[in-house]
Amino acid sequence: MNLCQRIWNSSLGKKYVMALTGAALFAFVVGHLVGNLQVFGPPELINTYAHFLKSKPALLWSARLGLLVMVTLHIASAVTLSAMNKAARPEPYAGKAAYGSTAQSRYMLVSGLVILAFVLYHLAHFTVMLPGINGVGDFSKLTTTLEGHAVPDAYAMMVLGFQVWWVVLFYLVAQGLLFAHLGHGLASMFQSLGFRDHTWWPRIQCFATLASIAIFVGYAAIPLGIFTRVVGVDYAEQKKFELRDATLMPEKAPAAKEAK
Amino acid sequence: MKVFLKVWRQKNRNTPGTFKTYTSPELNENMSFLEMLDVVNEDLANNGEEPIAFDHDCREGICGTCSLVIDGKPHGPHRGVATCQTYMRSFKNGDEIVVEPFRAKAFPLIKDLVCDRKSFDRIQQVGGFITVRTGAAPDANSIPVPKENADLAMDAAQCIGCGACVAACKNASAMLFVAAKVSHLGLMPQGQPERYKRVKAMVTQMDEEGFGACTVTGSCEAVCPKEISLDFIARMNRDYAVALLKGDAKAATSGGAG
Ligand code: HEM
Ligand code: FES
Repeated sequence: MNLCQRIWNSSLGKKYVMALTGAALFAFVVGHLVGNLQVFGPPELINTYAHFLKSKPALLWSARLGLLVMVTLHIASAVTLSAMNKAARPEPYAGKAAYGSTAQSRYMLVSGLVILAFVLYHLAHFTVMLPGINGVGDFSKLTTTLEGHAVPDAYAMMVLGFQVWWVVLFYLVAQGLLFAHLGHGLASMFQSLGFRDHTWWPRIQCFATLASIAIFVGYAAIPLGIFTRVVGVDYAEQKKFELRDATLMPEKAPAAKEAK
Repeated sequence: MKVFLKVWRQKNRNTPGTFKTYTSPELNENMSFLEMLDVVNEDLANNGEEPIAFDHDCREGICGTCSLVIDGKPHGPHRGVATCQTYMRSFKNGDEIVVEPFRAKAFPLIKDLVCDRKSFDRIQQVGGFITVRTGAAPDANSIPVPKENADLAMDAAQCIGCGACVAACKNASAMLFVAAKVSHLGLMPQGQPERYKRVKAMVTQMDEEGFGACTVTGSCEAVCPKEISLDFIARMNRDYAVALLKGDAKAATSGGAG
């Protein structure tokens, strides 16, 4: 049997896959957060960053492909292992949750699946920019100028997008679940890969707790900061009118014609 | 004191089981949990009822035969204590105590509270040993062992193979048991020659028996009557990763001939 088969056909092998892909996804989550926190700067900051990413299609698509592979492997191992775990106890106990276990550890599959649903929504929201699902309008019509070029206005998309309460709520719920998922998952990852002993385990748990809190605070600050009108209010107001003009019927809004 | 028991009764594997409630006769609070069941059984037998079947042997916490999930926790309310070492003074007069068998696909039920744990024996048989000619007893200190390794190996070797780890785990995973067995030999010089072959064989057998995988919930460690640490699972994961990467060794020479 070759190595890949040996890994995939064993329970421990799948745990390695889950841990390594989880680590890769965690690295992405950290990088993505650092990128997004630029929304707290002037609009040009994050727009330049967004433009930079878009201007390197080879880099962008290899990162996207890599992430897709990681997500697929993570979910495939999670789902197959969970099925195996379910099958290992055909008859349940009378009551009470598994003694000595945390809720976080028991609901990893659930938190993971909600995160997956969120990721799909998030992609439709800001990457594909499906107009029907954001509660605002057609984000692809939002543009700004950088060094004389018209580029998509990522800043406006964020400050307008997070003025919608149910969008903010869904983002916060997903981030809460990511917090729970990582609080257990980051420590579990070290265990699965065999990096643990009695001195390191408390430190690993401490790292998992601190990292998951930092991720939660960082990500939650963005929709909350915008929703509570701390960030980008004036810009959002201005862009709201531009977006309305660009979207309205041409006879009602002559400005739209010029924009086209 | 008296207690009310809600006990799982099941005639055999092919007949569905149910909980039945019993009121114990007057008990001495210094009886062990198993002695309490003996007394209840005597009562049942005197009334012409089928006694409750349960597993036990040494009754001193060293053989790993006693089982039982008592109020949702294998081996009852205490930490690091087996069912046979649990005493009725840990319960209150009038308590309702729920008693269930260990439940796992790999531990098929035999009757009432007795389940078949031979899957553990089969895991042991594929690698939980060292292959040496024993001969006469060697000099005690002829093979030096680092103190830390000796201590850890002793911790792992405490495992009595009762299966409480499987019973407690939400995934019915046997990783704590297998990890203890893999580690206690893997930490000793005598266990080195077969170290990677052993971990691979034992993990493969574990998977074949239908146990679940570890999700690091910590239930196993929390209920283990010998308080075996989850650290050993990490050690097993490490050894198994090396074994996977190495693959099966091909015979390079006809070694034995020389
Ligand atoms: C941003 C996305 C995600 C990140 C950063 C992430 C991270 C992690 C990490 C680090 C682990 C620990 C690996 C281990 O136990 O060895 C893990 C475990 C797990 N993940 Fe994810 N994950 C993500 C998304 C998902 C999704 C979408 C699912 C849905 C199926 C999922 C399901 C699971 C399950 C079931 C476990 C195993 C829990 C355990 O072993 O205790 N995860 N994840
Ligand atoms: S009967 Fe031997 S350990 Fe309990």
